[in-house]
Amino acid sequence: MSAREFRVLSPTAILGYGFPEESFRNGVAKKPDLIACDAGSTDPGPYYLGSGKSFTDRAFVKRDLTFMLVEGVRRGVPVVVGTAGGSGAAPHLAWCRSIIEEIAREQNLSFTMGVIASDVSKQTVKAALAAGRIQALPFVPTLDGKAIDESPHIVAQIGCEPLQKALAAGCNVVLAGRCYDPANFAALPIMKGFPEGLCLHMGKILECGAIAATPGSGADCAFATIFDDRFVLEALSPKRRFTRESAAAHTLYEKSDPYRLPGPGGLIDLTGCSFTDLGEGRVEVRGSRHEKTPAYWVKLEGSRRIGSRSLSIAGVRDPIMVRDIEPVLEAVRQQVRAMAGNTVAGELYFHVYGKNGVMGPGEPVRITTSHELGIVIEAISPTQEQADTLVSVTRSTLLHYGYPGRISTAGNLAFPFSPSDIRAGDVYGFSIYHLMQVDDPAGFPLEVVHVRNGAKS
Amino acid sequence: MKKSILDVARVIRSKNSGPYELTLDVMFNDRKHYELFRDRAIISRDLISRLYNVDTSEILGIVWFEPCNAVKATIRRRIASGAPGDTDIYGAQQHAPLLSIEFEEEG
Repeated sequence: MSAREFRVLSPTAILGYGFPEESFRNGVAKKPDLIACDAGSTDPGPYYLGSGKSFTDRAFVKRDLTFMLVEGVRRGVPVVVGTAGGSGAAPHLAWCRSIIEEIAREQNLSFTMGVIASDVSKQTVKAALAAGRIQALPFVPTLDGKAIDESPHIVAQIGCEPLQKALAAGCNVVLAGRCYDPANFAALPIMKGFPEGLCLHMGKILECGAIAATPGSGADCAFATIFDDRFVLEALSPKRRFTRESAAAHTLYEKSDPYRLPGPGGLIDLTGCSFTDLGEGRVEVRGSRHEKTPAYWVKLEGSRRIGSRSLSIAGVRDPIMVRDIEPVLEAVRQQVRAMAGNTVAGELYFHVYGKNGVMGPGEPVRITTSHELGIVIEAISPTQEQADTLVSVTRSTLLHYGYPGRISTAGNLAFPFSPSDIRAGDVYGFSIYHLMQVDDPAGFPLEVVHVRNGAKS
Repeated sequence: MKKSILDVARVIRSKNSGPYELTLDVMFNDRKHYELFRDRAIISRDLISRLYNVDTSEILGIVWFEPCNAVKATIRRRIASGAPGDTDIYGAQQHAPLLSIEFEEEG
């Protein structure tokens, strides 16, 4: 058995989710060869990619990055962060980069940083579409030119290759746009010759921090050691441990098939994979393989503005109104529609908590037994003013609507706040979630920045 | 006698698998109940179709995963994550219909 090993520290599930300092120190004491972190996800929905904003908080992103950069730079351990700013498009990358540069100034750090953009131009996507090099993922509408034109940011989920290019260029800090989560962890050990399957599977587990430990946490660190034929997972807090089951169970998380996990350029095949408890909270994984696909496909993501949202939140405690809530809301909807006519465009949605606010029409419980209901009145219109109008008129109509059998004639709604209506701003919808074939997986722009004592040179 | 899935499963959960899919996981307490559910095909396309009111063509797959005594079903989201009318952006609270699953077992 070879003694060769490569050690990886994952501080947290998503940059900005935080981690206990003690766990991080424990990880650093284990002499990692890499500190890596995934900084984003599409889970928080389409708003963030489209609007160019981060779903993570700046103060905490800075807090997490400060620990990582200070320790990484001082100890000569490379730091890799992918899906900068939560969605990884140009504004997200610039946002995260400015935080890194601020930390470098404050901490007087010197390093070489590789900044990788993963944005794909509309022109490139259109050319790929015309050339038959775009594939829809299951249940995703067919891509058309209109969706491409309407998406302000289109990103490709890049694989290991662009990160490896930056690392090979001497960057000890790598910040990437949208990136396949496991690649942040796998790019460097693969470069060092460790097996791709093991490296990517290790990355798949470590990208969620300690979520795959038990008890799981998205705000704690995890550690992995890769050998030529296996990797070993361990938690860094005495409160947690990895078990055979916790590690295996994580393979199910957010994926449609736990045996075959597709990614850029290939898939991780876990059909021959074994998980073994080593005791002391450590789990050994063997047999993970990587299979390359004949052509290299990356996932594209895009979202577009579809309107503006306004909201009002109120409670209902009257038992007659609670019982008849559906016909009451339908009557109010019709009355508002009749009054607003064609002058106020938009759609109204009632989210009725206590009845079917969570599952909507899919709710299996048909008989409501709650003594009170929470209602969110939502309007989505082409303009903010129209959404405001729709919510305002719906709120006032519902407040005083005289439904059959009403005995509570002073008002139908309990508002917890004044103002009762909230402008929620732009609404985005996913517009692109497709695979695109690329010829050069490393062909994403790399900018190498030399930071000397906090200043760019 | 009739038993509830809650008697034999330690995890029952839902989550997005990308913005267009919802993935449902059941992890059983032990291999015995994993095998019982698998061999009797208690969690089937028909059952998922009925519980989630989706056509069987909207079920991407049902996979039995032995390493953690689990079964996973992936279905089409009713509405893409975050699209108008969505009620659960992360898809993390869509597991309730699975809680009603019952099965026959001696003892």
